[in-house]
Amino acid sequence: MFDDFFTRAIFAGVGVALVAAPLGCFVVWRRLAYFGDTLSHAALLGVAMAFLLELNVTLSVFIVCGAVALALVFLQRNATLSSDALLGLLAHSSLALGLVALAFMTWIRIDLMGLLFGDILAVSVADISVIYLGGAAVLAVLALIWNPLFAATVNHEIAEAEGQKPDRTNIIFMLLMATVIAISMKIVGVLLITALLIIPAATARRFARGPEQMAIIAALIGAAAVVGGLFGSLNWDTPSGPSIVVAAMVLFLLSLSPVAGLLLRNRAVLQGEKP
Amino acid sequence: MLNPSEPLVSLKNVGLEKSGRWLVRGIDLQVRSGEIVTLIGPNGSGKSTTAKLALGIHQPDEGEARRASGLKVGYVPQKISVDWTLPLTVERFMRLTRRLSSADIKQALAATGIAHLASAEVRNLSGGEFQRAMLARVIAARPDFLVLDEPVQGVDFAGEIALYELITKIRDDLSCGILLISHDLHVVMAATDQVICLNGHVCCKGSPDAVAESAEYRNLFGDRAAASLAIYQHNHDHTHLPDGSVRHADGSVTDHCHADDGHHHDDGGHEDPVGAAVRNRQETDHV
Repeated sequence: MFDDFFTRAIFAGVGVALVAAPLGCFVVWRRLAYFGDTLSHAALLGVAMAFLLELNVTLSVFIVCGAVALALVFLQRNATLSSDALLGLLAHSSLALGLVALAFMTWIRIDLMGLLFGDILAVSVADISVIYLGGAAVLAVLALIWNPLFAATVNHEIAEAEGQKPDRTNIIFMLLMATVIAISMKIVGVLLITALLIIPAATARRFARGPEQMAIIAALIGAAAVVGGLFGSLNWDTPSGPSIVVAAMVLFLLSLSPVAGLLLRNRAVLQGEKP
Repeated sequence: MLNPSEPLVSLKNVGLEKSGRWLVRGIDLQVRSGEIVTLIGPNGSGKSTTAKLALGIHQPDEGEARRASGLKVGYVPQKISVDWTLPLTVERFMRLTRRLSSADIKQALAATGIAHLASAEVRNLSGGEFQRAMLARVIAARPDFLVLDEPVQGVDFAGEIALYELITKIRDDLSCGILLISHDLHVVMAATDQVICLNGHVCCKGSPDAVAESAEYRNLFGDRAAASLAIYQHNHDHTHLPDGSVRHADGSVTDHCHADDGHHHDDGGHEDPVGAAVRNRQETDHV
């Protein structure tokens, strides 16, 4: 069943989308879009490190992303710069460092485009198992910390006062982000991971009545974008990573269209009729 | 279980420093079960900071902040804004930090007068409605210790009095300790057991009467505030009977209320200068 590269691509992509979208909801709620960008740019440095130290690429990316996330938490606490300036600093310096380091390693030929924009058609069965095992672990941890994380998202001080330990939860959340970026880099590439986090969540917002509902709808929309994007890429011979993001964008535009508005109104009427 | 003889929260000589400046210093404060302690003080006097020290949101740089172990806390912060991207109904907001039964939620929403808003989105609520929702959320959880930082801001005047009555009722029903921060001195004082007047440090504390009469309080707020407090305290010292006579607190009945009686002191006793000036001009116009 996994003999066909296209089937493998679909499985890998859907797996990533199902994990990325619920985390993406928190990225949207907490206004962390730029944070996602920073982590994914740092991923390139992780790749360079993997080649230099002959580590597993996914593991190395996770370590670098995790370190950047923790550095950010630390810098924000002792801030002399605003968060967005810090993020910009970390994002682009780690991206540049990664590119420079890769250029130095002349003995390795690297498909830079594949790293930046993804190479989903080359995923192996091993990649798929990493995605599904890692993804399941991420979702399990997310489910465990869901309530405290959501409370901390609504208001950090209420969560703190009422015994939810928001600082600890935040750090776990950042490590989850690092994991998702590590496992999804191969699918859409360093530059487009944030899109996979944010666009499905943004699309789901209009249809959701509660946070849990929004996460589930976002996951489904993300999976649909992967399938649609890959079929589009096969049909029109377009690069697969960007095609997935374009498909997600098309779904987002559809959610703004009058058709979606009509759906929403129908649902409201149906709910109104309930006793 | 909580030990009833121990204070729920106690601050001993607590201070918090931020970039070389003491936000508050030398704060002593205890809240026991069934007690309402009110913090008053001008802007920037460290009321919210003190509340956060009591809650453990801030760690003191000096002194000691203690909370009873296993304390169930409810917190209504002064100002929170819910991001509009959050799909959050009032009902889900109520369950933010605790599991609650639907019956408890319904009851708390009814008590704060927003039963009809259970499934409304939080971002669509008005300021006053949101304030009520925040209050409902902590009530439903039946806390041991409640911190209310300006809990009725943005609530209309009639609602304000009702909510303060509700706060007193919560204290009586749950016998929880309440730390209250408020500007509405004259309304708050009714139910308060202890008032702590802050200005970076504890400038005076005691029963509402004692604080209102203290020189420090008058220095801080001016005589007018002291007078407004006095008005409240004398508010119910006489009753107008149906026949037009007045019964006073000591039981005596007279034809009119005295000039030094509670709120009538302001209303009837004196001509206000602006009104007098207007009347004078109208008389001139007629001539």
